Amino acid sequence: MSEATGLKSWLTTTDHKRIGKLYFWTAFVMFLIGGFEAELIRIQLAKPENTFVTADTYNQLFTMHGTTMVFMALMPLAAAFFNYIVPLQIGARDVAFPRLNAFSYWVFLLGTMFMNASWLLPHHPAPDGGWFGYATLTERQFNPGPNIDFWLLGLQILGIASLAAGFNFIVTILNLRAPGMKMMRLPVFSWMTLVTSFLMITAFPVITVALVFLMFDRVFGTHFYLPAAGGDPVLWQHLFWLFGHPEVYILILPAMGVVSEVLPTFARKPLFGYTVVVYSGVLIGFMGWGVWSHHMFSVGLGPIADSVFALTTMLIAIPTGVKIFNWLATLWGGQIRLTTAMCFALGFIGLFTIGGLSGVTHASPPADLQQTDTYYVVAHFHYVLFGGTMMGLFAGMYYWWPKMTGRLLSEPLGYVHFWLTFIGMNLTFFPMHFTGLLGMPRRVYTYSHDLGVDDMNMVSTVGAVILGIGMIVFVYNIWRTRTKGAVAGPNPWGGATLEWSIPSPPPVHNFDVIPTVTSRLPLWDSAPAPKTPPGHIHVPGGSWWPMVAAAGLPIMALAPLTRTLWVVFVGGAVLIYGIYRWAYEPFEV
Amino acid sequence: MSIAACAGPFPQSTLSPTSDFGHSIDHLFRGIFWWAVGVFVVVEGILLFSIIRFRHREGAPAPAHHHGHTTLEIAWTLAPALILVFIAVPTVRTIFETNVAPAGALRVEVTGHQWWWEYHYPDLGITTANELHVPVGKPISIDITSADVIHAWWTPRLGGKRDAIPNHHNKIFFTADSVGDFMGQCVEYCGASHANMRLRTFVDSDSGFQAWVANQKAVPAVPAKGSPEEAGRADFMKYGCIGCHTVAGYSNGPIGPNLTHVASRTMIAGDIMMNTEQHLRDWIANPPGMKPGSIMPNLHVSQTDLSALIAYLQSLK
Repeated sequence: MSEATGLKSWLTTTDHKRIGKLYFWTAFVMFLIGGFEAELIRIQLAKPENTFVTADTYNQLFTMHGTTMVFMALMPLAAAFFNYIVPLQIGARDVAFPRLNAFSYWVFLLGTMFMNASWLLPHHPAPDGGWFGYATLTERQFNPGPNIDFWLLGLQILGIASLAAGFNFIVTILNLRAPGMKMMRLPVFSWMTLVTSFLMITAFPVITVALVFLMFDRVFGTHFYLPAAGGDPVLWQHLFWLFGHPEVYILILPAMGVVSEVLPTFARKPLFGYTVVVYSGVLIGFMGWGVWSHHMFSVGLGPIADSVFALTTMLIAIPTGVKIFNWLATLWGGQIRLTTAMCFALGFIGLFTIGGLSGVTHASPPADLQQTDTYYVVAHFHYVLFGGTMMGLFAGMYYWWPKMTGRLLSEPLGYVHFWLTFIGMNLTFFPMHFTGLLGMPRRVYTYSHDLGVDDMNMVSTVGAVILGIGMIVFVYNIWRTRTKGAVAGPNPWGGATLEWSIPSPPPVHNFDVIPTVTSRLPLWDSAPAPKTPPGHIHVPGGSWWPMVAAAGLPIMALAPLTRTLWVVFVGGAVLIYGIYRWAYEPFEV
Repeated sequence: MSIAACAGPFPQSTLSPTSDFGHSIDHLFRGIFWWAVGVFVVVEGILLFSIIRFRHREGAPAPAHHHGHTTLEIAWTLAPALILVFIAVPTVRTIFETNVAPAGALRVEVTGHQWWWEYHYPDLGITTANELHVPVGKPISIDITSADVIHAWWTPRLGGKRDAIPNHHNKIFFTADSVGDFMGQCVEYCGASHANMRLRTFVDSDSGFQAWVANQKAVPAVPAKGSPEEAGRADFMKYGCIGCHTVAGYSNGPIGPNLTHVASRTMIAGDIMMNTEQHLRDWIANPPGMKPGSIMPNLHVSQTDLSALIAYLQSLK
């Protein structure tokens, strides 16, 4: 079965591998943009009373840095691996709903473009209310421009992409596993994808409700969050963090899944305590719903609420710690090969531990009253999301790049990338623990020399520049690998899971013969499946309609943005027409 | 932590508290900190040891395949649980201790505004802005709210922060243990000039505080006829300053900071500039230029009127 080429084949694709690549490149570009925003932030803060950017631009930069990294870079980078790797790991020919998968991607792309279009309009009215968008600051009274509208409409569009992807992966993992792939034989990355997908379909409705209330306040003059009319801005915070904390686990669990694949491969040992690692991941998914008010210890919820949320937050440290100990036990007695992927996975353990431990210090509400909204918290969550999630995702990129492209990324350049990232990351974020404890608040475009934190801020800026150089090395590595990378072959690392049993890159239909699985580590434990020439294999054909349906959503969003009612009917018609044609499309193309 | 506490003056350090509230938090944090250091050393130690000791060597036999160990799993579930007990018990105790209203406390009502702080002493009948005065060694009860968006009031060396939320009232209780001038600032993102919403808390000796109270309660005298101060007082009406600012005995503007004793304050414009003639001139000439988003507009005051206005403001001691 040969693969179609050309622009049309990409625009209409329903192949999970192509959609995975589209997710990857879009999210990677957004990661570079979000990183560029961070570099501008660090230049502004390099010295006190700096005037590199204005207050308004700075507030847009930190808002869009956070929003971009969470919704348009880290989540979709994980989604790229869900798309590309999960069907291969479970022995499937595609995801359960290939056209819904294409729809997810186009909605994600269009939502990203919608929100970032705000940078390109006159006076660049980019969102400026913080990624957390606290009411009442985001209400029309205090923010009359279109900035917040771009944010709340863009997030609603992106939420639809996440919901569609979440349902798709749950059905895929539960129903499309190869014969013999019992749940307790599922690779840990696919397990964490399943947990993350459940979190996505349960958490995104919560923020959607919050955003719809805010949209109604801004567009129709309701008062959900306006105290003057009996509303309450604290309602926003409860809704936002009820979504926001599961979101933290949506960001970290996929990286934990990657690390749980990379460590065994390069230690030549099965994952220690597979069952415990899986169950603790599931437990984290459940417990993540019971800790949201630890983001609100300074709100004044009262001593009983503060105590309860302090205890639930501390409890969630236990399954997290258990995972770390099982990873360490996986290394113990192994034959560790320090490939670039392994370096990033080991970096994940070392740095995520620091983020976890600083997290325990603000699980204690009185201590948090001195830490929240300072740079100490910025240090904490960058150790979790950069030291954790990004290190894990980089490990996944080096690990699966040969599977996705057929060529190995350069290992020497990989080491340079790793060390620049590791050193730059620590130089940037470690001093922030002190900057925060010494009293520098977050989200300030300037600070006084009198605080005594000039040197620490300069060190952070130098670290950010080193991180940026590391990214340039990585981009060069990717560019170079297109033509000069060593040809990988099906299993360059000696991996144990099913994706390594097929050619790199895999054929359109993935598996000539769907394998029968008899153990958790099929390639280590049993002989490769006999090669039988494939008969007729059904793979889904291309379709324009997911993209057409997706295009209806940003058109609908233009209605509240421009306060023009009829536009919503145009967008709605496009959406419904796309879905109609999609529904009646012939099954076999 | 000790290095940071020793070097240079850090006026907003959370690590050198000067109140009972601050000491409770500091004590709790240091306890948790050392537990975290212990876990850090164990985890990173095992990680580094494993990387070095179990490096791949050519020709080495394939490692044994251990799939798990129940006793170990139970051990490393219980160990963190036990450590967390030592963190949770003092945490809950401190939460309840620091939430008890002290008897006979001096009450201060704090209202956050974009981008300045209003202080009202209901028992003393004083209203002022940005610079809080409290007596040393006396319990203080601070009631925090907001008039617009969410802010957070924080003087780090006197203890933790609390959010200022419209229609909500948050409390902070503390007794300062040394006299001094303590910097702080708004620590919840509140719009364009969030970074410029600073504050200062003066912990005064008992007599110093009494003197400050007596001065704040006095109504400013009407300036002598023909003096620059008198011209400035007229300009204060001419340019509409009275619409926003209160000066006791003269105006009742409810929008901006109370200026009755503005000359007694050390800083202006949300505590971002020293209260000098030049800074007053810069500020009144172009408030949004000094403080992005400032609600006080540029009133295009003529140079002559500006000098008179400043003379008047500087007379409001």
